Amino acid sequence: MKTIINDIDTNIYELKSTNTTIKKEVGLSEKTIKAISKEKDEPSWILDLRLKALEFFNKSQDPNWGPDLSFLNLDEIATYVKPKVNNQRTWDDVPDDIKNIFDKLGIPEDEKKSLAGVGAQFDSEVVYHNIQDKLKEQGVIYVNFDEAIKLYPELVKEYFTKAVPLNDHKYIALHYALFSGGSFVYIPKGVKLDMPLQSYFRLNEKGAGQFEHTLIIVDEDAELHFIEGCSAPGYNELNLHAGCVELFVKKRARLTFSTIENWSRNMLNLNTKKCLVEEDGCIEWVMGSFGSKISMLYPMSMLNGKNATCLFTSISFAGNGQNLDTGLKVIHNAPNTKTVMDSRSISKDGGICTFRSNVYVGKKADNSMISMSCASLMLDSISKSDTIPVNTIENDSVEFSHEASVGKISDDVIFYLMSRGFSEEEAKGLIVRGFAEPIAKSFPVEYAVEMNRLINMELEGTIG
Amino acid sequence: MSLLEIKDLYTIAEDDHNKHILNGLNLSINPGEIHVIMGPNGSGKSTLANTILNNKRYIKTEGNILFDGEDITDLSTDKIAKKGVFMSFQIPIEIPGITEAHYLKSLKENMTGEKANVYKLSKEVEDNMNKLHMDKSYSSREFNTGFSGGEKKKNEILQLLMMNPKLAILDETDSGLDVDAIKIVKEGIELYKNDTNSILIITHSMKLLDGLKVDKVHVLIDGKIVDEGDISLAKKIDSEGYNKYINENNN
Repeated sequence: MKTIINDIDTNIYELKSTNTTIKKEVGLSEKTIKAISKEKDEPSWILDLRLKALEFFNKSQDPNWGPDLSFLNLDEIATYVKPKVNNQRTWDDVPDDIKNIFDKLGIPEDEKKSLAGVGAQFDSEVVYHNIQDKLKEQGVIYVNFDEAIKLYPELVKEYFTKAVPLNDHKYIALHYALFSGGSFVYIPKGVKLDMPLQSYFRLNEKGAGQFEHTLIIVDEDAELHFIEGCSAPGYNELNLHAGCVELFVKKRARLTFSTIENWSRNMLNLNTKKCLVEEDGCIEWVMGSFGSKISMLYPMSMLNGKNATCLFTSISFAGNGQNLDTGLKVIHNAPNTKTVMDSRSISKDGGICTFRSNVYVGKKADNSMISMSCASLMLDSISKSDTIPVNTIENDSVEFSHEASVGKISDDVIFYLMSRGFSEEEAKGLIVRGFAEPIAKSFPVEYAVEMNRLINMELEGTIG
Repeated sequence: MSLLEIKDLYTIAEDDHNKHILNGLNLSINPGEIHVIMGPNGSGKSTLANTILNNKRYIKTEGNILFDGEDITDLSTDKIAKKGVFMSFQIPIEIPGITEAHYLKSLKENMTGEKANVYKLSKEVEDNMNKLHMDKSYSSREFNTGFSGGEKKKNEILQLLMMNPKLAILDETDSGLDVDAIKIVKEGIELYKNDTNSILIITHSMKLLDGLKVDKVHVLIDGKIVDEGDISLAKKIDSEGYNKYINENNN
């Protein structure tokens, strides 16, 4: 695939709408949670779960590692922002000021061309959710998560909080106390989707939090490519994103979970993602992390069945004032399980990229194979990059390799390219795009284009 | 008017201010001419090439450089390149992740300031690759990544043909090449050469010069041109070495 660089329209991410909100809750208390629950008219077991999560949150501490989060004041966060429209089936029913933003992001157009279904969330609620009829007929479920609680209570009860429990850590408890929107996906046995599903999460309101919950079950022998997109316009106030993704990959099933995040520089992004993989199943994570003030994001794969595989490809780009703390956790619980990781980070203008890989290989994981590669590129001497591997291997028959490289663009490289007529910025751009290309290749074409656009914007410093 | 005119040039290295590497160098190249610079290791040959293109590793303390009548002494490297100065590197860089085709397209678009016609461009690349006996599969390989020394040098000549500059500086392009590769590089140089463009060849040996219509040979010792002549001077140095000049210089 070629790297295609489109003309850059830097304004699309900055679009804001006003007068789109009809209800808003601020802060975190039993009262706000009850108000949200009432607004959603949800069953009592969900409210109980929210209150339990609140209790756990209140007695939990911030992690004693990673970026400092002490500046977060939840009293100032709009924890529930309800847009004026809810869960439409056609774009025509979405009001223009909201639809316009998704249009500019290219979502309805992609839906027509290359997607099997689309969910679009605006602040706290899903405004549009739809899937091709033929997939519905095959038993594929792709709905707004709030709706799934009502329509498929048994399925939701069976899986919800089963990958990511509410006491996993402080900010997942916050998520469960406030969760709203997101997508629920069920792919029946043997059904293989030839086009991806995409959920897009747009945070519009200043000072707001977004807490969507995405739950995907890919049943035996089924296949799905799911794409998650996230963005927000910039404000001076802090915005908060604490989403959760729970993935279940059954026997011989395959799930590709791709994410392109482009948060504004006022975003605190604390996301939790976990996948349970059964025998011969495969989870493939593809992640592009852009933007945000601070990100803490460490997707986890639990390889519970023999021959289960985790593939992980990621890229992050930290510019001025950004601290992107990301990583991968894998637990090898069964024989012949496999992890292949290729992670890359770029830092510029004092940005900080940290990558934490945490691999645990248990006693039962005979003949497992783990191959990890971490590369970082720093564009100047004030930026930082760090790789922190923590590996626990309790089985002797494991093949394990970990490679880490930290690079700076040398003056010789810049001089060479300048001698061919490229300006210094263009030269750096060429090197960075080459560095990112193996990751871009893992995305479908449209998203590779989007990723390259984001890289260009980061290089030009036109974000934030 | 000269195409390149270097007047009384002194340079020091960025990381060593104590010693002049170029030491009052004068050089004038007219349109259409081929000049050769010869000199022992450490005499300042590569520094000269790098200094003309304003590599920041070298600081000019005195003198100036005119190209096409315009002072380019302090111009940035990319602007000098756009005015028509090309340099072939001794050790070309690699760009993992960027294909040859993508690189050449960027190069062309950047030089012309216009979007390239993809069909025309790929035809041009293919033609030039054929001339340099490069397999067209090179187009889809990552730029210089994993190329042999000879392949990288051919790739330099390919860029020379694609950029078609007014002045080509070939910095020891012959070093490390086998006989066949030198022949191909030489063919490439002949393809590039016309009545109006000029070449400055920096070399240790006669290998690249045989059969080229060389206008002037300069001998560089300790950052200064100490002798000039025609091709017979190059032949003489090729057989006798630089001892004569070094002894003179020490006296």
